[in-house]
Amino acid sequence: MTGHIEPMVGRYVHVAIDGEMHRIYFEENGDGIPLVCLHTAGSDGRQWRHLLADEEFSRKFRIIAFDMPWHGKSNPPAGWTGEEYRLTTAGYTATIRAFCRALGLEKPVVMGCSIGGRIVLNLAIDHASEFRALIGLEAADFQAPWYDTSWLHRPDVHGGEVCAALVSGLIAPQSPEASRRETLWAYMQGGPGIFKGDLYFYRVDGDLRGRVGKIDTGICPLYLLTGEYDFSCSPEDTRRTAAAIDGASVTIMEQLGHFPMSENPGQFRRYIAPVLSEILEHSTISTKQGAHV
Amino acid sequence: MSALQENACLKRMTPSPISSAAAVIEAFAGIPGLLEQAPALVARGRALDCECLLGPLDHPFHVSIRSGRIVDLTPAPVLMRSWRFSYRATSAAWSAYWEPAPRPGWHDLLALTKREEARLEGDLHPFMTHLQYFKDLLALPRRHASSVPT
Repeated sequence: MTGHIEPMVGRYVHVAIDGEMHRIYFEENGDGIPLVCLHTAGSDGRQWRHLLADEEFSRKFRIIAFDMPWHGKSNPPAGWTGEEYRLTTAGYTATIRAFCRALGLEKPVVMGCSIGGRIVLNLAIDHASEFRALIGLEAADFQAPWYDTSWLHRPDVHGGEVCAALVSGLIAPQSPEASRRETLWAYMQGGPGIFKGDLYFYRVDGDLRGRVGKIDTGICPLYLLTGEYDFSCSPEDTRRTAAAIDGASVTIMEQLGHFPMSENPGQFRRYIAPVLSEILEHSTISTKQGAHV
Repeated sequence: MSALQENACLKRMTPSPISSAAAVIEAFAGIPGLLEQAPALVARGRALDCECLLGPLDHPFHVSIRSGRIVDLTPAPVLMRSWRFSYRATSAAWSAYWEPAPRPGWHDLLALTKREEARLEGDLHPFMTHLQYFKDLLALPRRHASSVPT
């Protein structure tokens, strides 16, 4: 008798991003509308494993989660010589678009969490017509810093320990202990300075205040979902952001924090299922009407 | 920070009910005993030797930690006693932090500092090198929340 084998498969795709070749690891499962999932800062695509394995969603969606360069199984590019890693708005946007092109995805849905939620807003501002729908989890145009990121990368503090301990408070107390530990495990495994480098985008380069008003949800629907226990990107941050965007959908998720898909997959499913159903329904109507979707 | 600034900062914080404050002080005094019942937490602090000031804002304790164990916990002030870092919060914050399922924004030490219900001061190095240790240490009364009237 063989063991239980999960349905997702992992592969590598070679992608040129801003002229530099990257070997990007991704996992996928399912058929249908491409649904590209973006992990949080300092973590990797394993956060999406429950969604990837979801029997119902995978019947209608081709669910894909990739590790950003320098994260998970996506190594730094061959040309990297050790200089400080810093994620930028332009670089992050280019990475997502290049990955989608490399896989030949036609009008994918992109769902991102935390930094992934922030970049989803940038995709909505500048590239809405390329996407079928955009979903921002724990997303806001800006949020107030609550710690000094220099603690994340210094030789006299264990990076894995401090990264995990900092974000541990962003997990809802109701989340199952095993899921909490799994979520933190990825933070304990990040490369030195990578979480800090991601937060350069989050804290410094990716301030979208004053820009989100340009988002046209008539071109691409935008869904924002934030956990009530997220004090980094708080429900108030998301509501404030959505107030500037006509037609943005906002949901505050109970008993969830900053990592809904990994800290409590069952609770998250209750909130994301209706969103995916609505996207599916909208796509079906558009197809019947002959619109290009 | 000047005394005036400090008072202004304190005024923004939630005032704590007196009955709760007494219970919080009592609960703090019980933390060393709870730590002794948590050998895994002591083990995580095995490399930690530290003098710190922890507790309610106006009734903190000098805490001496050696190899992860609290070897002394004495109410402040103690004449000329030094400490490396201090984490102090309103009594209301401690009561909320120790609820079995704390409310959003009251569930983490750094959530409390963000909402200005707690203050973190001094040389933060021992606190940051042992951040999860201190989060778990200061959450120990949560397990015994029924003994902390709110």
